[in-house]
Amino acid sequence: MSKFYTRMGDGKRVMLTKEQIVNDIQAGFADAADMAGVADLTANEIEQLFEIISDKNRIVGVEPGNEVVVSYDIGQLDFTGDNGNSGNGIDVGRRESALLHERALGADTFELAHADYSIKPVKPIIANEMQTMEEIQSEIIIPYFYGAMPNSGLYYAPDGPYGNPADLMREFKIEEAMQAAELTADHLARDIEYVAPKLVSAGADGFNFDTTASAGDADFVGTLKGVEALRKECPNTYILLGMAGESVMGIHGSIEYKGKVVAGTYPHQQVKLAEQAGANVFGPVVNTNTSKSLAWNLARSVAFVKECVKVANIPCHVNMGMGVGGIPMWETAPNDAVTRCNKAMVEIAKVDGV
Amino acid sequence: MASGMGGIRTAGDMVARMEFSKNMKIGKAKEYVAKKLGLSSLEIADEHIMRELRDDLKIGVVTGVPNAPRGIAAKMNIERLIDTKINSCEIFREVTKKR
Repeated sequence: MSKFYTRMGDGKRVMLTKEQIVNDIQAGFADAADMAGVADLTANEIEQLFEIISDKNRIVGVEPGNEVVVSYDIGQLDFTGDNGNSGNGIDVGRRESALLHERALGADTFELAHADYSIKPVKPIIANEMQTMEEIQSEIIIPYFYGAMPNSGLYYAPDGPYGNPADLMREFKIEEAMQAAELTADHLARDIEYVAPKLVSAGADGFNFDTTASAGDADFVGTLKGVEALRKECPNTYILLGMAGESVMGIHGSIEYKGKVVAGTYPHQQVKLAEQAGANVFGPVVNTNTSKSLAWNLARSVAFVKECVKVANIPCHVNMGMGVGGIPMWETAPNDAVTRCNKAMVEIAKVDGV
Repeated sequence: MASGMGGIRTAGDMVARMEFSKNMKIGKAKEYVAKKLGLSSLEIADEHIMRELRDDLKIGVVTGVPNAPRGIAAKMNIERLIDTKINSCEIFREVTKKR
């Protein structure tokens, strides 16, 4: 029986039969369906996914006419950052990096970012960021955002003013842990309201809230409140809200946004909250299981994202990178896997961008 | 390379602006920009067509062409072309208006 080159979720190359690949597609999809109750992939879609995965060419791509918009996270840190950010470690300036993305890499949009890529540390250097935004806006043509993670973990001890819920829960101080999360959500929203409109006043086309809910449900609620405030103050600004994972962790457990408990929400539910807050584009995320195959991970990701796109009233830019969107969790993500995942997300999940 | 429009190599920047400013999904955003350019949705992602058109329309190209508008100047032309407002252009007009 013929076998096909494919990958595991950690990037390792393996050879699988058609039967093994199709079984993994069905199992990956079933996992998403069990978790989030998303609709079945059709027999045609399963066959289409198999054809993409088993394509004999190293690089695949979407058919002409199916191209989508590419948005970015982490800005110039993909050049300047260390390997913690999967950066190249090249000390290039932010202006040069932005223009290289525009004119050499064919970026549809790009963004300015702080080295710590979080809302909180931007506050003390907001004037620097505004000046850099003004300068780059005078030269760049593509939509140029400011990007940062809400990263509410920075507001908990030992880095911030509030008790750390993980420590408090270990001491069975549940109410204190919940209160710390609520205070953090409000603080984060205030910081977004302080930082984001200033960048917009400096010419930013918009703001990218990246890796939202990385610190759980209170992080998500704080971000949604911040987005709401930004939308109120800057009605025409572009807002991209991207997530950290397929399910929001219940660090608080019952914190709500507009009457909805956000813990445990999946992409097709998260997007409705993003719409209510005033986001223009939503970025669903599905994390990769390194012990499963590319087929399993990609089918699972496509199932989650397809449902999200189906119910969304705003465009969806799925997060695609090492460890998300079906792509293996490997710093130098194999190009064969990256391009297969891109094609599947565009042509099966019908995303508006990546 | 696998799925992106290619930014100012084609019309990716303008399609992105329609997604973000009007919440248009990809198909509608491409149709909107294509109509404004007098092209099809397929053609606005074609580098061969868009390279010369962008040069003619003075909306920015990827190569270093002397005297070709870049930055705010190109974006002001884009505003008129696709009937949208761009924040940095609005600020530029505000700070340079006659007082």
